[in-house]
Amino acid sequence: MEIQFEGVSADYQLGPIRRKSILDTVNLHIQKGSFTAVLGHAGAGKTSLIKAMNGLLIPHTGKVKIDGITIEEDTRQLICKKVGMVFQFPESQLFAETVEKDICFGPLNFGVALQEAKTIAKKVIQQVGLSENILGNSPFSLSGGQKRRVAIAGILAMEPEVLVLDEPGAGLDQNGKKELFTLLTDLNQHHHITIVMVTHDMNDVIDYADNVVIMENGKVVKHCNVRNTFSNLELLDKWSLDLPDVLSLQMKIEKEIGRKLSMKCFTVEELSEAIIAADII
Amino acid sequence: MNTLLLGRYYPGESILHRLDPRAKLVGGFYLIFLLLLATNWRAYVLLWIFTLTIMWLSGVKFSVYYRGVKPLIWLITFTVFLQVLFTAGGTIYVEWGIITISSYGLVNGVYIFCRFIMIVFVSTIVTLTTRPIDLTDAINYLLRPLNKLKVPVDEISLMLTIALRFVPTLLEETQKVMDAQRSRGTVFGKGSIVIQMKTLVPIFIPLFSSSLERAEQLANAMEVKGYQSGKKRTTFRKLSWKKKDTWCLFILVFITILLIILPS
Repeated sequence: MEIQFEGVSADYQLGPIRRKSILDTVNLHIQKGSFTAVLGHAGAGKTSLIKAMNGLLIPHTGKVKIDGITIEEDTRQLICKKVGMVFQFPESQLFAETVEKDICFGPLNFGVALQEAKTIAKKVIQQVGLSENILGNSPFSLSGGQKRRVAIAGILAMEPEVLVLDEPGAGLDQNGKKELFTLLTDLNQHHHITIVMVTHDMNDVIDYADNVVIMENGKVVKHCNVRNTFSNLELLDKWSLDLPDVLSLQMKIEKEIGRKLSMKCFTVEELSEAIIAADII
Repeated sequence: MNTLLLGRYYPGESILHRLDPRAKLVGGFYLIFLLLLATNWRAYVLLWIFTLTIMWLSGVKFSVYYRGVKPLIWLITFTVFLQVLFTAGGTIYVEWGIITISSYGLVNGVYIFCRFIMIVFVSTIVTLTTRPIDLTDAINYLLRPLNKLKVPVDEISLMLTIALRFVPTLLEETQKVMDAQRSRGTVFGKGSIVIQMKTLVPIFIPLFSSSLERAEQLANAMEVKGYQSGKKRTTFRKLSWKKKDTWCLFILVFITILLIILPS
């Protein structure tokens, strides 16, 4: 499923609060099967960008197309089924008496038969790494990490072809985060689900994403692959993006020894090889 | 929800913004009281002039006031119609079954229309020019005599403050949960009334749950900072009654006298 933005501008309105041009003539083309990270400051329009992919925010000019279908009021229901949206702290959307009912909520809304929805629930609860026994529990009795997974299972149950996530790792511990991203990578690589995620953690970007979209004041200022983006230190500085841990360690080492290593390193393995190659120790 | 203006504050520097909230609150209520008493056209003209003058003084654009009236316009029109259609007296123009359109009815209709619109305007002026926090301080002050009757005035005003503080938060949260459920395929505002009610369940339950959670966090935070109900507290914001506040009340008394001596 490819996502296309053609000259998209949109305003934001919440009650009496109104912000003009939260998206400002955005042109973007996200390839099918890619894993894209959306970066930028708070208020740069990241959340609005992903809302526009799902029909929650309908632009006043320009078009958003999912697989060639333009998002409008009429096509929104169709798009919601194809584009699964995981909000920040998705556990706040849980409402049903049992986990099973909550997971079935999405599929039932899209006209799946109850029996089939229950089968899907069993499948996705395992996919997110929880046991089937939990299906009968109340979602409010679960721990924070479990709630998050149940909420994500509720989205996966809709069997979306694109998964859009707003800071999926926020508030999770190291292990929970790792498991979550393993799940996302698996979905991306083996189920060919296109993934778009908003994040602030550059390490997650380096480790899991293949493309980066950088936003500033409602505009997409850069869209390219991860390595190219993070190799250009001046640009990173200009957009005041943090460095990934390994890269910032490399900077410190280079400063200490007074010369540059042969390449920009993004993983621990790369850095150790570069250090050995440079003959420092 | 986008047109909701009640309780909204418009930052500004006008003379009305600088008045003591107590004066504004008392003045506002008093003006509404006067509006309910007015019975002849001279009184309405006078009150219209006064209301429009303070609206102008508030420095807030007229379109903002208009937005305040808009959600209520159907209710007002409906009431006016009832008044026009079912009041007899004076010259009768149309009589058809129980429906009578008479000169009394028409005049009364106009009066009621003016009364409603002005009541909305006056209350909007008060809320637009007073910060909610000042308003609750004023309410607290004005209710203080009730303390003698063992009414927990401080607690009531604290509750008001907290409730007002959480209006925007709750609004944002509602929007978030609605978005989340919408992307799970809920369609709002379609189908029979029963179906529409059902679509609200997935909104209200998460909201209740998070509100309860937040209430507990807030209570903990307050206790940690030493809050105890029933204890005498000093206040950070001091209300200060100035000469112009007294003048404001004098003007209202003056208007009252004018209304009394106006030939009816």
